[in-house]
Amino acid sequence: MNILVCISNVPDTTSKINFKDDNKSFDTNGVQFIINPNDEFGLTRAIWLQQKSGAKVTVVTVGDASCEPILRKCLAIGADQAIRIDAIPEDGYFVASQLASLCAKEKYDLIITGRESIDYNGAMVGGMLASILSIPYVANCIQLDIDGTSASLQREIDGGKESLSATLPLVLGAQKGLVEESDLIIPNMRGIMQARQKPLTVETPSDVEGQTTIQNFEKPQAKGPVKLVDAANVDTLIELLQNEAKVL
Amino acid sequence: MSVVVYIESQNGIIKKAGLEVASYGRAIANSTKTALIAVTFNIEDTSILNSHGADKVYNINTAEDSFFNVDRYCASIVGIVEQENAKVVVVSASADGRYLGPILAVRAQAAYFSNVVALPSSYEPFTVKRSCYTNKAFNESVSEQGRVVVSLSSNAFGIVEQETAAEQLTGDYIESNSSLKVTSIDKATDKITIADADIVVSGGRGLKGPENWHLIEDLAEVLGAATACSKPVSDLGWRPHSEHVGQTGKPVASNLYIAIGVSGAIQHLAGINSSKVKVVINSDPEAPFFKAADYGIVGDAFEVVPQLIEKLKAIQ
Repeated sequence: MNILVCISNVPDTTSKINFKDDNKSFDTNGVQFIINPNDEFGLTRAIWLQQKSGAKVTVVTVGDASCEPILRKCLAIGADQAIRIDAIPEDGYFVASQLASLCAKEKYDLIITGRESIDYNGAMVGGMLASILSIPYVANCIQLDIDGTSASLQREIDGGKESLSATLPLVLGAQKGLVEESDLIIPNMRGIMQARQKPLTVETPSDVEGQTTIQNFEKPQAKGPVKLVDAANVDTLIELLQNEAKVL
Repeated sequence: MSVVVYIESQNGIIKKAGLEVASYGRAIANSTKTALIAVTFNIEDTSILNSHGADKVYNINTAEDSFFNVDRYCASIVGIVEQENAKVVVVSASADGRYLGPILAVRAQAAYFSNVVALPSSYEPFTVKRSCYTNKAFNESVSEQGRVVVSLSSNAFGIVEQETAAEQLTGDYIESNSSLKVTSIDKATDKITIADADIVVSGGRGLKGPENWHLIEDLAEVLGAATACSKPVSDLGWRPHSEHVGQTGKPVASNLYIAIGVSGAIQHLAGINSSKVKVVINSDPEAPFFKAADYGIVGDAFEVVPQLIEKLKAIQ
């Protein structure tokens, strides 16, 4: 089985978010980049399939050379090879189209994206990629079982979960639940050494255009300080929520 | 020209998110002087949409297919989008709305905007504000396509009433050749979901164990709220993963969010900070949540919460 795991290079959760060039672009100064957490859940599930049934796991990202450290980390975690499509992502549609071009050249049985990235939170790429390729998509995926070319999956929905079946190839949007946080693989020294020898190829992007552009960014207004209420006086809290905040 | 909105429902009843999407679509239709077309599935009585601005309602009967079949729903909506020459299509930010949105956009040859938090600031070109960096920032995005699909963030616009006389039509439930099938659904129908709730009550490790969760449940019941939990609580198996809110869990955008015994790790705050009013009850005055909250009580949850339940019951 041939698995493609799509990886997004995102600022670490604890990073301070700042913008530069008159609020037109993200300020990467002092920001640590990580594998998008939802993508890492998906990568871990792919590695399990590799260990169990010898699936070949390829990781791919769309980005410039600054994304290569996280691809090397994916190789150290256990991916067999990495591809970097050499383009600055314009929007979700642009990324999905680039990935679709790759999937047209090389046949993948299973394509894994994250539920959403933690930078744009768009939850766009998986669904768009599947639609461009005319194959099924399962968002918010929390379970996957494969038997031959049949897959049974679960999707987390509001207030519960839904069971689905589909025929491969398909695209899924991974999230916590597909594997647990404690299942994530921390690369060991051997993995890190092996990762240096594994292939990381750079591909020329295909000629597509995005459908949206970001004009500028802004940060929310600073919040006022918390209003503390004495623990012996919960009436005051109820009164504030009723009359000041007007939420009760 | 028109605006098409997909109205979500559950057991034949239109959901709050559906009315919010209709209200938002109506405001766009008013600004652009076009008609608002609502698409519903399996609704017995669509008359409520007459009070939320619909000019036409297409109700689609899915017959024996009672589950949310993303491919058939999408094909059915695209059919109406083409027929009505819609330039703007609006879906909610529910699990189903965010599933449908990008697929719908590709199939309807539209630009897609998720996490939209306000009305468009321009229609030529279509320009709209979205949240990003897990609610730590916003951006203003511009469409380069003639048609757009918008996924409206929960509780970002609100419900606005406007009387109209909607024409009632029946839409076609279009077939799909996709191999994807929903086989079953497992959902608590008696509980309000985090996505639909006006108020969410959330518990953290400060509650010391799952046996103390009656505090969260009782408070939620008296407030008509949904229950939620922090990541450590779901990791420890005290509560199901579906209740985990935060960056890798569910997002919360309620009117009121009450966090009890939750320290307020940055990943937790990222998931809940689009809630309008935040209340924290924690025995540790240094808990980071106090910096993010609007109201706070430094105190023992085991003493404060029962009092709160008592007083709230008394005023009801």
